[in-house]
Amino acid sequence: MIKFEEVSKVFGTGDKTVQAVQNVSLTVNKGEIFGIVGFSGAGKSTLIRLVNLLERPSSGKVIVNDFEISSISKDELRKLRRRIGMIFQSFNLFNSRTVSGNIAYPLKLTRTNKQEIDRRVKELLQFVGLEDKADKYPEQLSGGQRQRVGIARALATSPDILICDEATSALDPETTGEILNLLKKINKEYNITILLITHEMHVIRTICDRMAVMENGEVIEEGNVYDIFSNPQSKTTQSFISSVLNDKLSPRLLAKLHEKPAARLYRVVFTGEASSEPLLSRVTRKHQIDFNIIYGSINELQDQLFGSLVVEFYGEKSEVDNVVKELSEIVEVREVAHHGS
Amino acid sequence: MGVEWSTFWPRIVEATGETIMMVILTLIFSSIFGILMGLLFFVTREGNILENKLIFNILNLFVNIVRPIPFIILLVAITPMTREVVGTTIGTMAAVFPMTIAASFAIARIVENNLVSVEPGIIEAAQAMGARPVQIIFGVLIPEALGPLIMGLTFITVGLIDFSAMAGTVGGGGLGDLAMSYGYQRFDTSVMVVTVVILILLVQVAQFTGNFLSKAVLRR
Ligand SMILES: Nc1ncnc2c1ncn2[C@@H]1O[C@H](COP(=O)(O)OP(=O)(O)OP(=O)(O)O)[C@@H](O)[C@H]1O
Ligand SMILES: [Mg+2]
Repeated sequence: MIKFEEVSKVFGTGDKTVQAVQNVSLTVNKGEIFGIVGFSGAGKSTLIRLVNLLERPSSGKVIVNDFEISSISKDELRKLRRRIGMIFQSFNLFNSRTVSGNIAYPLKLTRTNKQEIDRRVKELLQFVGLEDKADKYPEQLSGGQRQRVGIARALATSPDILICDEATSALDPETTGEILNLLKKINKEYNITILLITHEMHVIRTICDRMAVMENGEVIEEGNVYDIFSNPQSKTTQSFISSVLNDKLSPRLLAKLHEKPAARLYRVVFTGEASSEPLLSRVTRKHQIDFNIIYGSINELQDQLFGSLVVEFYGEKSEVDNVVKELSEIVEVREVAHHGS
Repeated sequence: MGVEWSTFWPRIVEATGETIMMVILTLIFSSIFGILMGLLFFVTREGNILENKLIFNILNLFVNIVRPIPFIILLVAITPMTREVVGTTIGTMAAVFPMTIAASFAIARIVENNLVSVEPGIIEAAQAMGARPVQIIFGVLIPEALGPLIMGLTFITVGLIDFSAMAGTVGGGGLGDLAMSYGYQRFDTSVMVVTVVILILLVQVAQFTGNFLSKAVLRR
């Protein structure tokens, strides 16, 4: 478990200070995959580095596995760090060591005996699917393979927590998918709590249970991934979600649609049960009007369906109003204004 | 004029031996001091694993004072210290002392520069695993920078062959001494040519060995 309590981090002194993290309170529960998304410079890396004290908080408390970490001794900190694996965007492998050597390094630090190290390295190589690369050096591997080594190395000391700083940002989409699957597998099989940061909403959608959005050092939104996707509050969150759902009309097309005098555009958002019912056709038939789906998508999210459609209704104004009213009782319906949304 | 070559060859062999001796001894001593100093330099730098402004500034001051002094001046200037430490100011050992001083500071800088080029993320990864500073220095920093470190030491070795010639002229013996006393003072070009050829060969051997070792470490 990781808990931030009113944590702030200020860099620099005098008038050249940067407030990288501002008054963040957040709890990452045991066993979950928690994702933090934000634009570049939002303070994500700084926040995640507070977890293993690569950065010290300027104020507030960081609690990891029930320890308030900024007050523990150097010795205890080293012990704690072995309970927290970390992987990086640029992998940060030791170039002077082979794949096996990299994975063995954290175990050598603790003076584990040689047989035990060999056994563990072999097991981890198998887990990440790199048995045949044991004696290769990092420069002989592809990006995806390097990150697998990074992951195996981070898991060597059997940590309870894995923190990932943009672990897939240097990888192509396909490799990203493989690494995300691997992270999911780690979470499931070893019950390791994962805290990851990313600027790609796709990553959050694919593997996270809960999420937070950061902007200018602050957490501006937090919650279940499904809830945030289906009902984003802030502009930033909405734009992150649009980047993966692709549910926004271009302003040009929108203006063209509004040229038609009778057109009434609505965004209909289906969540949970509603997304598996023939709701639109049932309600429009009842009120005898037609509808046309103009744009939108239906996605799978955390084993549930989630749809966001832009729909045009044709018919008597009063009937359309009735349809909207009736639909609103079951799903979210918003009129699409000229400027979009 | 000219020298009697049959009696002169043994002198050349002896002088070559003295030069190699001076260079190797200096290399050993100055590597020990220089690498330690360079490491201390690096780890005490701001933001590094054992940040310590006081130690860093003292070291920096020392290096900046000693480095710019031309070797030939340093050699003469520290004669009293040489007498204290070595017991004499003449001979091979008396030359090794000032050479060690000069080379240590040069090596310290080279080591520091090579360590700076180690990706900070790699050091951070080791820290995140709970490595102690000593474990990071010997298990990560040195192995990661070893290739360039060997190149740097090779560069120093070649410089030491040059220094040894200078040290020789103030009583250290070796090829420099030979070249100066026969070639320069007695205008015997052939002696000069022979010593220069030997010096060139020594430099080649040093460079070749260095390249070979660093290649082996860098695997390319
Ligand atoms: N060591 C440091 N010294 C001074 N300022 C820093 C330091 N580290 C980060 N910052 C500043 O803190 C702010 C947050 O940086 P941070 O790296 O946490 O952002 P990020 O969200 O991870 O961005 P990115 O997606 O680009 O990695 C930035 O303005 C950055 O310049
Ligand atoms: Mg970052």
